[in-house]
Amino acid sequence: MRSENGTLTPRGRLARREWTTAALLAPAYSWLTLAVFLPLGAMLFFSFLKAAPFGARPLQFTFDNYLAFVRRPYLIDVAWTSIQIGLWTTGLCALVGLPAAIALARATRGRSQQVLFLLIVLPFWTNGLVRVFSWTMVLREGGVLDYALHLVAPSAPSVALLYSFPAIIIGLVHAYLPYMILTCYLSAAAIDDAYIEAARSLGARTPMIFAKIVLPLSLPGLISGAILIFVPVIGSFMEPRILGGRVGVTMGTVIEDQFVQAFNWPLGAALSFTMLAVVLIIFGVSSRALSARFGAQ
Amino acid sequence: MIALGRTYLLATIAFLYLPIAVMVAMAFNDSALYTLPIEPSLRWFASLAVNAPLQLATRNSLLIASATSVIATAVGAMAALALERKRFRGRSLLRLLLLPPIAIPWLIVGTAMLVFFFWTGIGRGIHALLIGHVALAIPYVVLIVGAGLQTLRADLEEAAMSLGSTPIHAFFSITLPPLLPSVLAAALFAFAVSLDQFVISYFLSTPGVSTLPVEIYSSIRKGFTPEINAISTIFLGVSSALVLVFAQLSHLGGKRDSR
Repeated sequence: MRSENGTLTPRGRLARREWTTAALLAPAYSWLTLAVFLPLGAMLFFSFLKAAPFGARPLQFTFDNYLAFVRRPYLIDVAWTSIQIGLWTTGLCALVGLPAAIALARATRGRSQQVLFLLIVLPFWTNGLVRVFSWTMVLREGGVLDYALHLVAPSAPSVALLYSFPAIIIGLVHAYLPYMILTCYLSAAAIDDAYIEAARSLGARTPMIFAKIVLPLSLPGLISGAILIFVPVIGSFMEPRILGGRVGVTMGTVIEDQFVQAFNWPLGAALSFTMLAVVLIIFGVSSRALSARFGAQ
Repeated sequence: MIALGRTYLLATIAFLYLPIAVMVAMAFNDSALYTLPIEPSLRWFASLAVNAPLQLATRNSLLIASATSVIATAVGAMAALALERKRFRGRSLLRLLLLPPIAIPWLIVGTAMLVFFFWTGIGRGIHALLIGHVALAIPYVVLIVGAGLQTLRADLEEAAMSLGSTPIHAFFSITLPPLLPSVLAAALFAFAVSLDQFVISYFLSTPGVSTLPVEIYSSIRKGFTPEINAISTIFLGVSSALVLVFAQLSHLGGKRDSR
């Protein structure tokens, strides 16, 4: 120890250690402060202003921006559309993803399990924009879906799903399904084989084992997957714009408009914070529910 | 039941890959209107060679991703070291502060950056994009390098120091070598996060200075041309390759097969 050869007293060593810790942490957290925390603070400040304080405009505080939902009833419709999109997307991801995750965890093993796992998570690290764009090729009139349908049934009417509510949902489910499979897989893979063997030796059949053991024990993954999907989907704006066209007016696109087109930054900021509050409430409630679940086990 | 499960799994994977395959196939289709059946052609890739705005955006994207990777890895690895190896008050709070950049929707973070950067005079452009991308990548780097540090023994470093090594020498000769795969994985991940980032770039770019995803988005909104398919195909290839290398480095496929 360095204190033994007398160069540093224990107290000095402690001070030096603290200094090292601070020096290691400072760059990362200063950067996050400059780029994330101060901006969020600035936006909160803006949300209480009557107009953005550029030029020589005086600061005028108001709470009006948060009353937007009362003053502009169309926003309630928009919010409802966003929530519907969130519910449909999350529900369909759960419906499709949970069985896939259980199949991956219980019906495959070894090398093929690794490869399949990688195949499922790979697309969600490729560009989301490119994936949404891909769907326009499939869903448009005269697109691949239309073409395939007419190969099978030449007299069928043409299908043009692009620029519709279902198109938005399909694109979002495609974008977020890997999250759901990932979180459910982690739960399903952690189930102890002994439970299943015990149930089987006691005479339980496969559907019973599925309903009484595999499904309940995969639920935590389902819940965290649902949160991971619902939160960003409510805030999505690129998918509704590209796949929804004129139908795709969501909270995300309205907020984007305030910053890019209408330049009503205070209103945009207030809408963002309203959405953030909803997100935080969802996180708070679900983490409490989750910890209660885990606490009981 | 097992066979049914496997069939279902393959169907799900087909759903994930089919539209992407269609998009790639259309990049090689001669028709400007995406008419089927496909007539093979490389003309859309050839026309990329004379598309100056797209090339500029690609250069910006690569530049920002490289710089983000270097800065976020250095800064994030330092923070990971402190968070994993030092005991101090407020450690759990600092860990918690890593979550907002990951958990808050990008739309909100992006617009907040726009407001703040505009207000303070930082403005928009390459430097603003870099500040934003590094901030997004730091939490991931801390998590990845932190996970790597957890698998290493802390006492080896202390042993080296008790034998007379300086802390810095002990770090570079004892801790760093086995940590390198995690650091490399974190660097790659940061690169991928930056390369794929669209929402924040969208709010921080200017008409003259944008990144590839922003340029692709504005082309899509102007109208579909197979040129977008061609550049998307190249883009897709690059980011898939990055993820595969990352998976190799970090053993992403779950538990390693020890049977």
